[in-house]
Formats: sequence, structure tokens, C-alpha cells
Amino acid sequence: MVHIPASSVRDSSHVLETHDLRAYYRMKYFGIDREVRAVDGISMHVRKNEIYGIAGESSCGKTTFIKAIAAAIRPPLEIVAGHVKYSFIKDGLYELPAAERSAIRWRHLSYILQGSMNVLNPVRRIHKTFEDFAFRHMHLGRAEFDLEVKRHLERLRLPAEILHAYPHELSGGMRQRVCIALATLCKPEFIIADEPTTALDVVVQKDVLAMIRETQTEFGSSMIFVTHDLTVHANVTDRLGIMYAGRLVEEGRTADVFSNPMHPYTAHLIASLPKIGDTQPRSALSGSPPNLADPPKGCRFHPRCPLAMEICRHENPALTMLAEDHRVACFAASTKVQPSKDGEQGEMKTLEVVR
Amino acid sequence: MTTPLLGLDKVSKLYKRGGLLGREEFRAVDDVTFHIDNNEPQVFTIIGESGSGKTTLARMILNMVRPTAGTIFFKGQDLASIRGGGARRRFMKEVQPIFQNPFEAFNPLKRVDRYLFMTAKNFTDARSSAQHEAAADAALNKVGLSLGEVRGRFPHELSGGQLQRVAIARALIPGPSMIVADEPVSMVDASLRMSIVNLFRTLRDDLKVSIIYITHDLATAYYVSDRIIIMRKGEVVESGPARTVLENPQHSYSQLLKSAVLSPDPHGHGVLIGDSAASQQARASPHPHVSSSEPQVR
Ligand SMILES: Nc1ncnc2c1ncn2[C@@H]1O[C@H](COP(=O)(O)OP(=O)(O)OP(=O)(O)O)[C@@H](O)[C@H]1O
Ligand SMILES: Nc1ncnc2c1ncn2[C@@H]1O[C@H](COP(=O)(O)OP(=O)(O)O)[C@@H](O)[C@H]1O
Ligand code: SF4
Ligand SMILES: [Mg+2]
Ligand SMILES: [Mg+2]
Repeated sequence: MVHIPASSVRDSSHVLETHDLRAYYRMKYFGIDREVRAVDGISMHVRKNEIYGIAGESSCGKTTFIKAIAAAIRPPLEIVAGHVKYSFIKDGLYELPAAERSAIRWRHLSYILQGSMNVLNPVRRIHKTFEDFAFRHMHLGRAEFDLEVKRHLERLRLPAEILHAYPHELSGGMRQRVCIALATLCKPEFIIADEPTTALDVVVQKDVLAMIRETQTEFGSSMIFVTHDLTVHANVTDRLGIMYAGRLVEEGRTADVFSNPMHPYTAHLIASLPKIGDTQPRSALSGSPPNLADPPKGCRFHPRCPLAMEICRHENPALTMLAEDHRVACFAASTKVQPSKDGEQGEMKTLEVVR
Repeated sequence: MTTPLLGLDKVSKLYKRGGLLGREEFRAVDDVTFHIDNNEPQVFTIIGESGSGKTTLARMILNMVRPTAGTIFFKGQDLASIRGGGARRRFMKEVQPIFQNPFEAFNPLKRVDRYLFMTAKNFTDARSSAQHEAAADAALNKVGLSLGEVRGRFPHELSGGQLQRVAIARALIPGPSMIVADEPVSMVDASLRMSIVNLFRTLRDDLKVSIIYITHDLATAYYVSDRIIIMRKGEVVESGPARTVLENPQHSYSQLLKSAVLSPDPHGHGVLIGDSAASQQARASPHPHVSSSEPQVR
């Protein structure tokens, strides 16, 4: 068991803290060990009552990070090091026995999985699924419960008739909204949403985002909102963390990150946002996304970075506070940015994971 | 007039939906007519409300679902007349799908490279497994991946975006003349999204493949499409050249769609229209000072 640093329990206004969190997929393929370092040393916190956004290109580790904080770890994914601490539990998440850990997940966290619209039970009508998930927790009479469900669906622009349908009878966007409804119905303390609005048309998306935002403010919940879509972040999140190749490379208030991106990767992401009216070919980032089974040494962005210097090839820049509430991991951003002590070969505090 | 590549004539699809008793007839697609020329490959975009029948339309074009009424022609052939394995295979070689959700399109228990090898085996002249691998690798290269990266992996071992690129690569293997892509970019980030729609352009211009592109993303629709139709509740409410329609939408629903596109400009603390005054006030309350509690940066 690992000692939890005092710092992680100091401030109760942090609902979630992660400290140097590392989650790897460890596999054997044709007798060769392969390790995908999908989350590699993330330290961040989520404050009470805020929506914390996570952005980054496909396969940078967003979903893996979410799995790690939601205690949804299954082999080959392993927590290799680090801590996850919620304010509503005394111990760190991974210091708890496995059984308790999943209980926490059900009791306190509401988790909208990426692609969860495909895990709705295909042989159960939607209203059955609502009953399975929520009836026990809502402490309402049958009629009141039904009314509450219908009212909630209405906020998501879903007609009540869909309650009688089977999942395959609904469109992708409808199923996605059913999942959002399931996750938000019970007024959870902490909502974790992984790409929850990717299948929605823009009109519905806007309403759904407003609904999520309202639910979150009304119940004082905190939320981690993952999407690769920066326009969604611009409109819903309070703070934004940008991930690249398993690491957080920039983090700040959403408005600050947009107006003053300090990491070249963030700057690229913001500059490449397509707008209606564009027909000019836009350049994608040169080079290919990093292979997390064999990530580049030093700054993981260096093979694609227009500003890369010699040091970038060897040293990993530490995520450093460069302005109020604004952290950046880039040597070119400021001389204050020093090599991280947990470099590639750095000592690794291995955590005993109780399965 | 030459025979169009694809023609839809008054196509409708009725579904029965609802409880055991009150099963209602429901028009998922309602009297849709359009065609795609054969001489000029194009990107034909379908945009519309969630649940408006886009996927249903795509499934009918792919001959996976039969229309309740109306006719669909591909290169002059009525899809209803396609019978037997050989005819079916010839049609599938010509018209390839990319589905809405990559997690749905792949069997979770099957390694993804198998799909590529199977497609190469069924739809190309490649005979040896080395040839299948070469075909798979070449297709993967076109979408920014390589066989080395996906070999032996199961769908859950790839991220949504990677999986979607594999799906596109698979569709390219038979050398189709039309690809029906149902929300191919909804899972991927802006930069990859651009590379995928750029890929569509290349396919159109270099390989002369027509693409039916179903999407909720108006920006890429504008960027890549030649023609567009906008759907609502099973009907086509507006159609025309993509730029004209998107620049100056005529139907009220098209206008609503355009106005609902979120601006990428930072609205600061997540101010979304629809946010109540109370919630904004709640949000204005100062956060505790940060630096004291910040995890230490070494
Ligand atoms: N197998 C089915 N049985 C009954 N109804 C169905 C079936 N498939 C689709 N529908 C209904 O047809 C309508 C159109 O669905 P479709 O999947 O075509 O929508 P879509 O435009 O693709 O939506 P989205 O943008 O959300 O993917 C929906 O109301 C859906 O509930
Ligand atoms: N179950 C798994 N087994 C092995 N590798 C995985 C698994 N899930 C994801 N990965 C790999 O981990 C990396 C990060 O994936 P993911 O967290 O899904 O990214 P994102 O959500 O940012 O798109 C990718 O390289 C992906 O291929
Ligand atoms: S540290 Fe170097 S390589 Fe990394 S983003 Fe900054 S300049 Fe580019
Ligand atoms: Mg993901
Ligand atoms: Mg659809």
C-alpha cells in the first residue's frame, strides 16, 4: 500500500485529484510483451462545481484516463502508478479493495461511456432499462418515477414513446441521448462523460449541452467532460486540459487556453478548427500520431513540433504554472519550464493493484 | 441523358414502432427522390436532424434494407432485382459502407486486421496471405495508419478514431465506385476530421469514387461537398449545391441548423445559451485560490 501525500487531502474544494497517474495496457502478443502507455503521469484536479474539459486527438488516452478515474479498470489495463482521490471517499480510489471501489463507482459517480449507446441491453425496452438503472435510487412511487423520466426525456428532446422501443429501433443520436438521460436522472455528485454528444445534430447538441450544464449547476455536481471537439469545450467547460500522447500538455481556464494557447500543439488545434465558409485545404498536423507502445523520447510532441529544440529530444518538459491557473509543458513557452524528474526512465513508484 | 450512378425514386420506409398494443406506423424515410450522376464523381452530403432517417436511407442504398415504397437504381439496376450470391457480391464490390459507429461495425471478439484480410480475399484478386496483407497495408496507408499498428489488435484496443480509419481503409480495398459513409468523422478530432474529408476529396478526384457523406458537421460538409440534402422527419426539406445551400439556407429548419452551430470562439466560462441566470450567478462565485493547492510541479 502506498502512502497518500498530504497534499492530496488538503483542500476539500477539490472533488477529484489525480497525482502522477499512470495507466498502461499490458499485453502479450505472440509471446512479446507490449505496453501501451496510454496515461503517463497525469496530475490534475477538478474543483467543486466545475466542468473540467479534456481534449486531444484520437487515441491520445482520453478514454483511458477516464477509465482510470472511474475505477473502470479491466485487464489488460493496469494502474501502474499514482493516485486518484475523491473528496467523498476517505482513501484513495486504488487504495480501496476492488469490491468497495466498484460500489463507489455506482454510488457516487455517473459515467457516460464512449459509445455507450451501443451497450444498451438489446432485448430490453428502454423503459425497462430506466427501471433497472434508476428506480431503486430515486425513491419515488411508480407514477412519480414515470413522470420524472418523461420530463427528463423531454429536456433531451426525446418523445416519451421511445420508452416503449428497443434500442435497435432508435437512431444513434436517440440512443446517445437515452444514455445521457440515464446518467443524469439520479442527480449524481460527479459526472464523467466521454464524448457524449458526438452523434447529435447541432440543434439537439446545443440543447443537450445546455441541459448537461443546467443539471450540473442545479445539483452542484462536478464534471469531467471529454471530447475531441474544441468548439464544444469553448461552449461548456470551465477549465480545459489538453492531452497529447498520454500526458497533459496544457491546462487552464477554457477562455485563456483559447485566447492564449501556450503549447504549440494547442495552438495548432485551435488554428485548425474548421468553420463554415472554409474551402481552402487545411493542413493536418504533419507526421502521424505517436505510437504509445513506443512513444518518442523527451517531449512526446517533438517529432511533429515546429518549435522543437535539442533539449526536446531528450527531456520531458514538466507541466509548469506559467500564469494564473494556466499550466504548460513546453520548453519553448518559458525558461521556467524544467525537465520533469519523472523522465522516461525515471523511478516509478509501483502501486500494488488489488484485483 | 446517361444513366445515373445512383437514383432514388420516391423512396419511403415505414417502420412499426411502439408498445405491444399501440404499435404505430412510422415513416422513417418519406418520399425521397434524388440522383447522383455517373460522369462526374461527387461528394453528396446528407445532413439532418437526429432520427430523421439518414441511416435508414443509407441502409436502403446499401441494399441492406428494402424500401417500403419507391425504387433505388444503381447504374440502372433496380436494387430489388439483385438476387443470388454473385449479383450481391458484385453490388457490394461497387458500393461500400462505412458505418456510423466504429464500435458497432466491428465484432469485439474479432481482430480488426481480419476484416481487412477477409475483404481483400473476397473482393480482390489477391490470393496469397502475403497479398492480402499488402492490400491491407496499402489501404491503411491511405488513411494514415499501417498494418504494423493494427496487426493482431481487437477493436477495444484501438481508439474510436483509429477504428474509424480502419473502417475507411477496409471500404477502400475492393475499389468501389461509391462509398456510403454514415457519420465517418463524428468520433475523430478536428485535425483528423480534416484529413479524412481531404481523403474523400482525393478519392473523388483521383479514384473517381462518389461518396455519400452523412454528417452532423456543417463545417466539413461545406468544405468537402458538391451537393447536399437536408432532412427532417424522413423528408428532404432542402437540396442543392452544397455551398449555396449552406451559405444561404432557405428552409426554416436549414436556417435553424446553421444558427445552432457552436462558435469555436471562447465564450469564457462555458456560457451556453440556455444557461439560466441562476446558474451563471452560481458560476461567478470565486474559486478558492489555486496555487496553494496545486499538485506540486517539480
Ligand atoms: N429497425 C427499426 N425499427 C423501427 N424503427 C426504426 C428502425 N430503425 C430506425 N428506426 C426509426 O427511424 C427513424 C430514423 O432513424 P435513422 O437511424 O435513419 O436516423 P438518423 O437520421 O440516422 O439519425 P442519427 O442522426 O441520430 O443517426 C428513427 O425515428 C428511428 O427510431
Ligand atoms: N483495451 C485496450 N487494450 C490495449 N490498448 C488499448 C485499449 N484501449 C485503448 N488502447 C490504446 O490506448 C491508447 C489510448 O486510447 P484511448 O484512451 O481510447 O484514446 P482516446 O480516448 O483519447 O481516443 C491508444 O493507443 C489505444 O490504441
Ligand atoms: S517542448 Fe519542444 S518539442 Fe515539445 S512542444 Fe515545446 S518546443 Fe515543441
Ligand atoms: Mg475515447
Ligand atoms: Mg444515423
